[in-house]
Amino acid sequence: MINSTVAEISAALQAGDISSVEITQAYLNRIAKLNGELNAFITVCEESALEQAAAADAARSAGNTSPLLGIPIAHKDIFCTKDILTTCGSRMLHNFISPYNATVVERFNEAGTVLLGKTNMDEFAMGSSNETSFFGDVKNPWNTECVPGGSSGGSAAAVAADLCAMATGTDTGGSIRQPAAFCGITGFKPSYGRVSRWGMIAFASSLDQAGPITKSAEDAAIILNAMAGLDEKDSTSIDRPAEEFTASLNQPLKGLRIGVPKQHFAQGLSTEIEKAVRDALAEYKKLGATIKEVDLTNSHLSVSAYYVVAPAEASANLSRFDGVRYGYRCEDPVDLEDMYKRTRSEGFGEEVKRRIMIGTYALSAGYYDAYYRKAQKIRRLIKDDFDRAFAEVDVIIGPTSPHTAFKLGSKSDPVSMYLEDIYTIAVNLAGLPAASIPVGMANGMPMGMQIIGAYFDEAKILNVAHQFQQHTDWHKQKPGPIASSDEEA
Amino acid sequence: MALDKSEVEKIAHLARLHVSDSEAEGVTTRIKDILALIDQMQSVDTESVEPLAHPLDVVQRLRIDEVTEENQRESLQKLAPASEDGLYLVPKVLE
Repeated sequence: MINSTVAEISAALQAGDISSVEITQAYLNRIAKLNGELNAFITVCEESALEQAAAADAARSAGNTSPLLGIPIAHKDIFCTKDILTTCGSRMLHNFISPYNATVVERFNEAGTVLLGKTNMDEFAMGSSNETSFFGDVKNPWNTECVPGGSSGGSAAAVAADLCAMATGTDTGGSIRQPAAFCGITGFKPSYGRVSRWGMIAFASSLDQAGPITKSAEDAAIILNAMAGLDEKDSTSIDRPAEEFTASLNQPLKGLRIGVPKQHFAQGLSTEIEKAVRDALAEYKKLGATIKEVDLTNSHLSVSAYYVVAPAEASANLSRFDGVRYGYRCEDPVDLEDMYKRTRSEGFGEEVKRRIMIGTYALSAGYYDAYYRKAQKIRRLIKDDFDRAFAEVDVIIGPTSPHTAFKLGSKSDPVSMYLEDIYTIAVNLAGLPAASIPVGMANGMPMGMQIIGAYFDEAKILNVAHQFQQHTDWHKQKPGPIASSDEEA
Repeated sequence: MALDKSEVEKIAHLARLHVSDSEAEGVTTRIKDILALIDQMQSVDTESVEPLAHPLDVVQRLRIDEVTEENQRESLQKLAPASEDGLYLVPKVLE
């Protein structure tokens, strides 16, 4: 059962074929067996998970039929969880026991999920390989010499290796979609403002958005039903009428207009991924869709603009880590400035410090217009490109990443790592929703396809993704080396 | 944009980070590489483009100015590296 989807587990729990305590114990056993190798979890909440599972079973006996009741979940360690270690992958928060729950966590608690633990991530979500975590690299379940992608690498590896039924992630420049592509699973980034950011440790506030990491598009829709919605505590959360993201999953695709951006099939894209995505487009044509080339003229500027906007906002957000109120403080500071500087230099890793410095530079006196303001103008151009495209098409489809998961330690210079997110970053700058779903295999490693939608068109993207998964089985592939065996299931 | 070691030290100070002498050169090189990537956007004329701060151009909601939080001083201060009598302790600021 541990390799099943949330939809399947939910049905089995409702039918009484399995209890929440049983499935929770099965995942805990699998975590105990594999986490040493994969390092997907920073914290495992064994005792409280079994208590929550027992409570869920009791609630079900009492008549509660919530679709997520009793289903084991893992939260990225960027979400504050009350009385549970919340590190954000950093030494700075290595001892931080959160005094409150993020709104996302509250919503899952209300839905009755069981929290298995907190997943590993790039430090403060800054990275595309999970190698910047203070708590060590996460290994890709398909090949443990490869990265799982990042920054939600622990969540993606945990879902791919069946260490949990579902997980949460966050996506600032591709941090849900790229690890989903590298690990062969489904990742979904909603429109900016759809899901509350309250209690989600801030990286770049105008870009950050939380979303589900799952084994199918149907699961992503079920989970988004629980995650999305207005939150008064997040002033950027959008007030929209409640939506059932599962309602239109089975809508036929006849007449669907798919846009294909020529810029996403340019130099640098692996031939296997190009072929896989083109094959998928052919499949969509069979289902009645029409394909049209679209022009995202300014997409080549997205990485440049992003590396101003994101570091600038991060440098402001991370100024709160000063060794005074929580987290790490250096030993024996001689004065206040020494305390600030040594606390931050010892508490943050290299990549985080680099981005804080870039952001500080971009915002410093005399440079604001040349950098931050310029980047915001580029952001407008990128959004306008998408607006023009969505006047003609319903969704935009292309590759999620230019290649499959790379080897651990193989990208040592920051700029080549930044270019990893070349197809995903523009979506965050424009605030649009987008999914990554498995689209094929190359040399034993999964490949991902990105489906981008117009604002608040989450249901359309999930419909398009689900229909593909009804006609193909790439999303059902499991990593061979550590595939779940029947005895555990 | 030219960037030298002394400028990197100035940025580090503004960000309250310490860059040691042995790190300074490496840090400067990395930051220069990143600024070169960023400077690609300078090639586009954006004279007449409005900057975009929020993808949906919405204005943040305001709430009524009233107290909604309870006092949690004790539980929150337990998280501090050093506190005493309800105060956060830091190294001496004034002689």
